[in-house]
Amino acid sequence: MLKKLVWLVIAGVMGCAAGTVHARTLVDSAGRSVEVPEKVERVFAAGPPASILVYALKPEALLGWPRALRPAERPYIAKDYRDLPETGRLTGRGGDASLERVLELRPDLIIDFGSVRDTYISLADRVQAQTGIPYLLIDGRFEATPAALRLAGEAMGVPGQGERLARYTEETFRQLDAIIARVPEEQRPRVYLARGPDGLETGLRGSINTEIIERAGGRNVAYTEDGRRGLVRASMEQVIVANPDTIITWDPAFYENVWGNPYWSGIEAVKQGRVFLSPTGPFGWIDRPPSVNRLMGLRWLGGLFYPERWPTALDQDIREFYRLFYHVDVEGEDLERLLKWSRGEVPW
Amino acid sequence: MSTVATGRAGKVGLTAVLAAVLVGLSLLALTLGPYPMSAGDTVGVLWRRLTGAGAGDSVPEMVLFSIRLPRVVAALLVGAALGAAGACYQTLFRNPLVSPDILGVSAGAGLGAVLGIFLGLSVAGIQLAAFAGGLAAVTLVGFVAAAVRGRDTVLVLVLAGVVVGALAGAATSLLKVLADPYDQLPAITFWLLGSLSGVQTEDAASTLPVVLVGLVPLVLLRWRINVLSLGDEEAKSLGIEVGRLRLLVIGCATLITAAVVAIAGVVGWVGLVMPHIARMLVGPGFGVLLPASALLGAGYLLLVDTLARTIAAAEVPLGILTAVVGAPFFLWLLARGRRGWT
Repeated sequence: MLKKLVWLVIAGVMGCAAGTVHARTLVDSAGRSVEVPEKVERVFAAGPPASILVYALKPEALLGWPRALRPAERPYIAKDYRDLPETGRLTGRGGDASLERVLELRPDLIIDFGSVRDTYISLADRVQAQTGIPYLLIDGRFEATPAALRLAGEAMGVPGQGERLARYTEETFRQLDAIIARVPEEQRPRVYLARGPDGLETGLRGSINTEIIERAGGRNVAYTEDGRRGLVRASMEQVIVANPDTIITWDPAFYENVWGNPYWSGIEAVKQGRVFLSPTGPFGWIDRPPSVNRLMGLRWLGGLFYPERWPTALDQDIREFYRLFYHVDVEGEDLERLLKWSRGEVPW
Repeated sequence: MSTVATGRAGKVGLTAVLAAVLVGLSLLALTLGPYPMSAGDTVGVLWRRLTGAGAGDSVPEMVLFSIRLPRVVAALLVGAALGAAGACYQTLFRNPLVSPDILGVSAGAGLGAVLGIFLGLSVAGIQLAAFAGGLAAVTLVGFVAAAVRGRDTVLVLVLAGVVVGALAGAATSLLKVLADPYDQLPAITFWLLGSLSGVQTEDAASTLPVVLVGLVPLVLLRWRINVLSLGDEEAKSLGIEVGRLRLLVIGCATLITAAVVAIAGVVGWVGLVMPHIARMLVGPGFGVLLPASALLGAGYLLLVDTLARTIAAAEVPLGILTAVVGAPFFLWLLARGRRGWT
């Protein structure tokens, strides 16, 4: 085992050395200079967010999904990529991909998309030093998405697709900004993101899990004075005090339960019927994972938060986004299923 | 010791004082919370409910009766159960370092709940899985202890508890690795830290009878259990069937612990520290130790849970607060060097 690893490392280093003739130097989001080969045909995605970024830009380069697709997700991924192998994740909690396995896949490039904190920087440096495979770290904050798409497109040799998706993202941001500029703060929807089986987990304002709320022109009702972020548990009493007029969730069990539940029935959002279930096929619209899939949720929330001002219909948004990012034409039954899902009818 | 109340009347009086303090604390806890309600409002709502007058489903009514009241009741119930179970185990094992977790009930319940979350069960399903997991772990420990005959039963029980607890912990860790990191992992983490934030009337109502079923035999048999603390030989010579009595005590204490862990998650420290304080106040006699531990546990957990829901904008997990408040106190107890636990 160890011997094999040593040989693989040597092969990797040599491959990298041979490739330096045609290598380019890219600066990633963490400011690291990374030598990337001229031709990038095989890319290992370090985690779920990166896999979606790679798939959107250059699906034929993606070596595998961090976890296999589930039945409800398969129709929304192009046929050729539904059965890519399961590669596990290299970063974050529960990293389970072994470096040996990564080397066996002979990637030209490893891409990680998400936090660029020191932990991930040092992890990237270590993996790159150990394997000799260039490791790009790309900033996953929502606001930085256009830059991420351009950088990853450039790195994988598809600058045109990177530019196209970045423009789409900027256009969506611009459309929302135009609406938000005309709606005073106190008229924007007050939104609660319900997570967990009882809906009492939520993300504080500014967390990666909820930044889509502010980006779409809503106000997250969960925040602390001291500016803390991250996932927290709330109590029912806090939800009653916050009294959100809009609740978003992707948990079908919570969604089913919330309508008849006496604790929730007094909440403004439930009274007005403004609890919305996010579809999660092939990926979540509002989170899960936090990657470019959230752009679909952004357009969806734009339509939910500002129905009179939002310029496009949901089915149109879905078709365009899924064609651009997921390389599928969503029509007929598949489209109907997604639309129903977004109205609370789960397809299982 | 001057702190130990002397005489039976004194001990009963002290217990009565504890109970009165508890009632006062409960009323205070009912007026506290993020929903703005003055003490006057609270009394008004209570009065309207008692006299049957006024709006039946106003928001203040719901906050008071559907959210705070079940939560206060649950805190009392969980604290009392853990305190009582701690007193039982400490007396049974004749060891002050024993907590209700010694036979693996918390580890088993944790595994059950984590499995429930992993399988995407409803909240009630998760609670049931936790309850079943806690009972199953202790049952397994019981079988192991029964299989190993001819040794010191107490020692075998404790060792089997450690082994089963470690196994359950390993299985829990495995499920954490396999769980969906966006959904299930946070839910698992929050559950294992313990919280009463989601407690509803039905949870308190379904747990109460189970706790009573476990608690009543303990109260009825308190004098016999007291004899157990003298040691097996002495108890036998006084005509007590040690094996059966021990089995019954373990069964009852496990039942109440599993029942409350199912709704509150893993809450440490209460079952370990409260019996100590009770012993300081009323002495080691199980007859008074049991109610005193239960009352102290109830008061302590009510206090901690009220802090958990009021000191920060977000809920603070109970497991963290009980340790933060309990650990320094326990160290102080140790430093005081009180030997006489029996």
